[in-house]
Amino acid sequence: MTAGTLDERVAAAGAPRRLLIRPELGAVAGAVAVFAFFASQSATFRSAAGMANWLDPAATLGIMAVAIALLMIGGEFDLSAGVLTGTVGLVLVTLATRYGWSVWAAMLAALALALLVGFLNGLAVVRTRLPSFIVTLGTLLMLQGLNLGVTKALTGTVQVGGLRGAEGFEAARSALAGTFTVGGTEFRVAILWWIGVTALATWVLMRTRAGNWIFAVGGDAQAARAAGVPADRTKIALFMTTAVAAWLVGSILALRLTSVQANAGIGQEFVYIVAAVIGGCLLTGGYGSAVGAAIGALIFGMVDKGIVFAGWDADWFTFFLGGMLLLATLANRLVRRYAEEVRR
Amino acid sequence: MTPLLELRQVGKVFGGVIALRDVSLTVAAGEVACVLGDNGAGKSTLIKILSGVHRQDTGEYLVDGSPVRLAGPRDALDRGVATVYQDLAMIPLMSVWRNFFLGSEPTRGLGPLRRFDVARARRVAREELRAMGIDLRDVDQPVGTLSGGERQCVAIARAVHFGARVLILDEPTSALGVRQAAMVLRHVVRARDRGLGVVFVTHNPHHAHPVGDRFLLLNRGASLGEYPRTAITREELTSLMAGGAELEQLAHDLANPSET
Repeated sequence: MTAGTLDERVAAAGAPRRLLIRPELGAVAGAVAVFAFFASQSATFRSAAGMANWLDPAATLGIMAVAIALLMIGGEFDLSAGVLTGTVGLVLVTLATRYGWSVWAAMLAALALALLVGFLNGLAVVRTRLPSFIVTLGTLLMLQGLNLGVTKALTGTVQVGGLRGAEGFEAARSALAGTFTVGGTEFRVAILWWIGVTALATWVLMRTRAGNWIFAVGGDAQAARAAGVPADRTKIALFMTTAVAAWLVGSILALRLTSVQANAGIGQEFVYIVAAVIGGCLLTGGYGSAVGAAIGALIFGMVDKGIVFAGWDADWFTFFLGGMLLLATLANRLVRRYAEEVRR
Repeated sequence: MTPLLELRQVGKVFGGVIALRDVSLTVAAGEVACVLGDNGAGKSTLIKILSGVHRQDTGEYLVDGSPVRLAGPRDALDRGVATVYQDLAMIPLMSVWRNFFLGSEPTRGLGPLRRFDVARARRVAREELRAMGIDLRDVDQPVGTLSGGERQCVAIARAVHFGARVLILDEPTSALGVRQAAMVLRHVVRARDRGLGVVFVTHNPHHAHPVGDRFLLLNRGASLGEYPRTAITREELTSLMAGGAELEQLAHDLANPSET
């Protein structure tokens, strides 16, 4: 063996492996299959109007799934993100209707609150070294109680509404919850936000120092620290990013519906995680992609509406989704093993 | 020539235990100094003093001929003393080039557009590895797919790239098979040929003897002597180590069962 020549068995690794280790590969294959399936079942599904219809739930879910994917790549979970979208909506509507704030000012206040929640989540996780699963489960329950308790105390009911009359409503609505027209079909603006958030997250992840740090703290926080990565700051920033996404989605939904239920967002936290995992994120951290999570959300949207278009009972939705999740997790594990097989 | 790094009569006590007593070591540029010893001989304590994790209690630590008191590992690194630990501090799921620059990523652009200079990182990682004689087909492959020996070599190349003048290698061959160990030893020599001083810490005289210019033997925290390469054979090296006498006794006992 001459110097610099590696183990001759290495030669077998080539293009297939490089393609397979793309985390979003499984999600892309799944999305194509799901689209082909429902498109063959329903003409409405494959029409432009149908597309606008199933892109809509995919968009709001996708924004959250992308943020959660970043957090999961960084090695943490956030179970409170779903309820936080509800909290944001409640604060926004309450300030704008009961206290006469302009919609923009109310949104800013809600943003500050969301950032605080994200910061506290992150701080609690890095300080206590408790699993983020537990810490954010605590936050989830506390926010859930606050949402209900404060809403009831203020209004005597379990919802706040009447946002339409608030100052600045029309402008905010067209920016966040409006529509745009392509070829005579109206699409929700949220779809553009979804694409923008995905593009930004992908850029940060693949092309910035912060992205390198996110992969590192999720892969091995101890080793990352040893290499000089500010691991705690990275993790706190990820929790705050998730909170900003929750603010964006909570505002979009509040502006679209003009009223918010006190139980809004409950149960969504797992849907985000499912979309991120279908998109190739490992539950153990250190691996995944923003595009994958966005496609995971797309699959979600397609299945959600596709079942209705195909004329089936919508009750089967979660069954279908659970199957997708198991398949995706198995596929991810195989891919990962293949990618990181250690040759000795 | 002033040695890059020198220890004079260094001692360290932890509580009531003398971990190191009157140990001296010099490392010059372009030289490999091997530190040999069995478990508990004080190798780890020596590494931790050299790398700035611990401060010596007695004796002197000199870098470039002047005494220093290192504030910590970062201080040692700033003086060009880099330590490659057994567990390596690399992230298995990340690519070679991402690992290579982890924590010291090159950037381009300003303000919010300041970004990781990915093209440069890839190129420099490949060049630096090639300069060390490590020809990875693909710097995009995850570090987890590298063999243990390749990983050690990447870690060494990383330390060299970030300005190390003295490399401290903590048991770099201990977990490796014969061929992998040979590959790492080859790169130890290559680093030496590039003018680095190398402190090669090991318990394996068979790995130390081919590459070492001088040998420091430790036993129970004390030096058994520092020998230049010309003054000692591999057999003497082996028998001088703590296990040597015990192994001879064992061989003797096994050969003559009636005497015991």
